[in-house]
Amino acid sequence: MSSEAVISSENLTKKFGSFTAVDHITFEVKKGEIFGFLGANGAGKTTAMKMFCGLLRPSSGKGFVAGLDIFKDSEKIKKRIGYMSQRFSLYEDLTVNENIQFYAGIYGLDRKTIKRKQQELSDKLQLKEYQNKLISSLPLGWKQKLAFSVAIVHEPDIVFLDEPTGGVDPVTRRQFWDLIYEAADAGVTVFVTTHYMDEAEYCNRISMMVDGRIEAIGSTEHLKAKYKVNSMNDVFLILARNVEI
Amino acid sequence: MRPPIDIERISKSYEDIEALKDISFKVNQAEIFGLIGPDGAGKTSLFRILTTLLLPDTGDAYVQGYHIVKDYKKIRNIIGYMPGRFSLYQDLSVEENLSLFASIFGTTIEENYELVKEIYSQIEPFKDRRAGQLSGGMKQKLALSCALIHKPEVLFLDEPTTGVDPVSRKEFWGMLKNLKAYGITILVSTPYMDEANMCDKIGLIQNGEILSIDTPGKMTKNFDRDIYAIKTAQKHKFLLSLKSYENTHSVFSFGDSIHYIDKRNEITESEIRSSFSKMELPEFKIEKIKPTVEDCFMELMK
Repeated sequence: MSSEAVISSENLTKKFGSFTAVDHITFEVKKGEIFGFLGANGAGKTTAMKMFCGLLRPSSGKGFVAGLDIFKDSEKIKKRIGYMSQRFSLYEDLTVNENIQFYAGIYGLDRKTIKRKQQELSDKLQLKEYQNKLISSLPLGWKQKLAFSVAIVHEPDIVFLDEPTGGVDPVTRRQFWDLIYEAADAGVTVFVTTHYMDEAEYCNRISMMVDGRIEAIGSTEHLKAKYKVNSMNDVFLILARNVEI
Repeated sequence: MRPPIDIERISKSYEDIEALKDISFKVNQAEIFGLIGPDGAGKTSLFRILTTLLLPDTGDAYVQGYHIVKDYKKIRNIIGYMPGRFSLYQDLSVEENLSLFASIFGTTIEENYELVKEIYSQIEPFKDRRAGQLSGGMKQKLALSCALIHKPEVLFLDEPTTGVDPVSRKEFWGMLKNLKAYGITILVSTPYMDEANMCDKIGLIQNGEILSIDTPGKMTKNFDRDIYAIKTAQKHKFLLSLKSYENTHSVFSFGDSIHYIDKRNEITESEIRSSFSKMELPEFKIEKIKPTVEDCFMELMK
């Protein structure tokens, strides 16, 4: 992890009519960091993430992703980032290799590189027998691991992961995090949302969003100490609902 | 007399995929039974069979003594079912949805208001809002209210807390506990292992097979290996070292610590400490702990 910021925002705001979904958020994510973006349902996480991915124009404030302005350079940003969510990741009626080829092709990788990537991913994820099988025939855990690998096939600066481990068995969930660590070690910045509070502990730092604002930010040790509790679940309860522990 | 849910050797296949393999278990009255397992384990198939929406290939099951095939109409009248995907009418308002479900079962909101009061009162301020415009937590409360409005004897909840934040999940389980007072039997499924402790009894399910059935307390008590929690500032490095260590039976990250099981039986904490000291490991603290349901699940998956 270096001190260079790959994501930064200053008073970033998004309003839908009279409703303020994201309310003046100011924070930074460093290169190579695993950053957990937490919050209750409806707190504004998805809206904020869409702005950073260049999919939604902010109402006001400033925001930079990979050195690019999210107001002006949203198309350039899309080339520099990867994205994966639990809901949508791979095409079920394409094979493993076709999916890799499709995504790598969209990001402009040449044929030789695509061939090499197909081989690398097949070795790394032990998918050899599945290379020419449809995605729909793959167990969910493998799908999720492949989806992550495909999301970073073009070696982006940042990968955005929206609840990537939902519904996955506990062993696969941990294997998934091994892949995240590996990517972060290679310099990819990881921006991840999750409802599993044990996964918050795997992040270098987390932020907690409440009603459109970033209510707290820091390492999990720091936050647990600050709110004098033993678990991230309790930190969540205190911040999201003002519950006395 | 049969218990409210009685499953006898149910199997179901879809083409070459065996979704359920010879499943049998019982759920007693006013019990909360949690079916815990990942996506694709077979949870939804079992729910659809028990709610008479899907036929099993072999086996029998009874709900309140009624057979799932022969007496399917009777079963449909006495159960409440909350499917995994939000299944209410998005274009109807909150109140319209609830009164529709009430009228289908020949009752009214007023008649059974007492039962849904605790849950429905939280969304009642938004009763004129369309269901499609509700937040995730509120949709879940409305769906539960609709499944309850005809005062069912048995409630089937398929992943009611999936994708819901930890605070709403906690509230939801509080509501289920209160339903026990009305004698309602509840079968609920979840992919969240930490919710196991909210159930009276749990069944761990994976690839269509039940791995274990017990109370959460007994299941963790019967875990027959010593398990250690390790805390270190360099978790990932520590984890990688232990993964390639010859005496490691299993090692997994677990929130802010690492859970470690040694291959050698009857080994003491100080013996582990001294064997670790021979490796080049980052600084750490180690202590023997009680296993969680998640530890049990991962051990059974091996």
